[in-house]
Amino acid sequence: MRDPALDSPDYRSTALRHPKQPLVYLPAEIADLTGPQLGHFRPGEIRNDLTRQHTGEPVGERITVSGRLLDSDGRPIRDSLIEIWQANGAGRYRHRWDRWPAPVDPNFTGGGRAVTDADGRYEFVTIKPGPYPWGNHPNAWRPAHIHFSLLGRSFEQRLVTQMYFPGDPLFAYDPIFQSVRDERARQRMIAQFSLDRSQENWALAYEFEIVLGGRSGIPIEEAH
Amino acid sequence: MPEETPSQTVGPFLALGLPWDAGPVVDPDGVRIHGYVLDGAGDPIADALVETWQAGPGAYARCATDDAGHWAITVPPTTFLAVHLLARGLLRHLTTRIYLDEPADDPVLAAVPADRRATLMAELTDDGYRFDIRIQGEHETVFFDV
Repeated sequence: MRDPALDSPDYRSTALRHPKQPLVYLPAEIADLTGPQLGHFRPGEIRNDLTRQHTGEPVGERITVSGRLLDSDGRPIRDSLIEIWQANGAGRYRHRWDRWPAPVDPNFTGGGRAVTDADGRYEFVTIKPGPYPWGNHPNAWRPAHIHFSLLGRSFEQRLVTQMYFPGDPLFAYDPIFQSVRDERARQRMIAQFSLDRSQENWALAYEFEIVLGGRSGIPIEEAH
Repeated sequence: MPEETPSQTVGPFLALGLPWDAGPVVDPDGVRIHGYVLDGAGDPIADALVETWQAGPGAYARCATDDAGHWAITVPPTTFLAVHLLARGLLRHLTTRIYLDEPADDPVLAAVPADRRATLMAELTDDGYRFDIRIQGEHETVFFDV
């Protein structure tokens, strides 16, 4: 069975939002589409520093989040769009539907974009998001997380995930994190703290490596 | 070999990160395709994102649903579009296809049970092609395991 399952009863929103009919299996040979390259579309502004989108500085713990984007053969995926969105340092999203009484930060919107370099690397500067309540069950709190959207190089590689922070005490109680039943797979959604990448008197650093499944659409380079 | 990063839901606030101004209209002279995204109770889903992929330049469109659960894109003329659907409550995105014309011989349609193929056919209307996505329930859209 694919992990996470679309029908995950502990996460209540899945109840009316999972197909009940079986998915129709398509062999890859008849489903292939090479994905969009940058230039084939016009995303919004590429802005990987979420702390400099307003006149003042946002409140909270300034961090960098960086890492590599890889395919399942371990090859870097270059020139690929990475989009993130997140709550502010108090755990509040800047969205009209988020009404819980934590402060909105006028200097933080919470959306960013980056493009991977030739080594598949990306970097964001942001504020560490706070945890927040979400009403899924009594006393339900989401662990702090950053949403990540990856386009990869092909239709098959598309992934949306969430990056978590190491040691969060809410992991055991969160049905979205726990919807991934394989313990080792859950660990792959947790960033690693890096003192080496932390910048003195400026920002702590987290490393988050992302691995996309599916075929990449990248031609295998011939040996020279 | 590295192992895949698992999927998680986009949650209710994807509007902060994913919509693009130029996302819905990638070919102003192209064909307009629109519809609703509906849940298992038949209610509109106002926090979904529809992405379409096709061959060639201008080949990728994305549109978030509005408060009525409606989306609309304008894309280069094509026979079909490959689709990803993302929403709160979807722990993995769903994959489907929109056919604008029924092809005579199509291996993907051939893999779909005959009585469910109609869910993949867009309907030509006065204001473009209409295609509703029903995640669950009666006339549930066919989704693929790619």
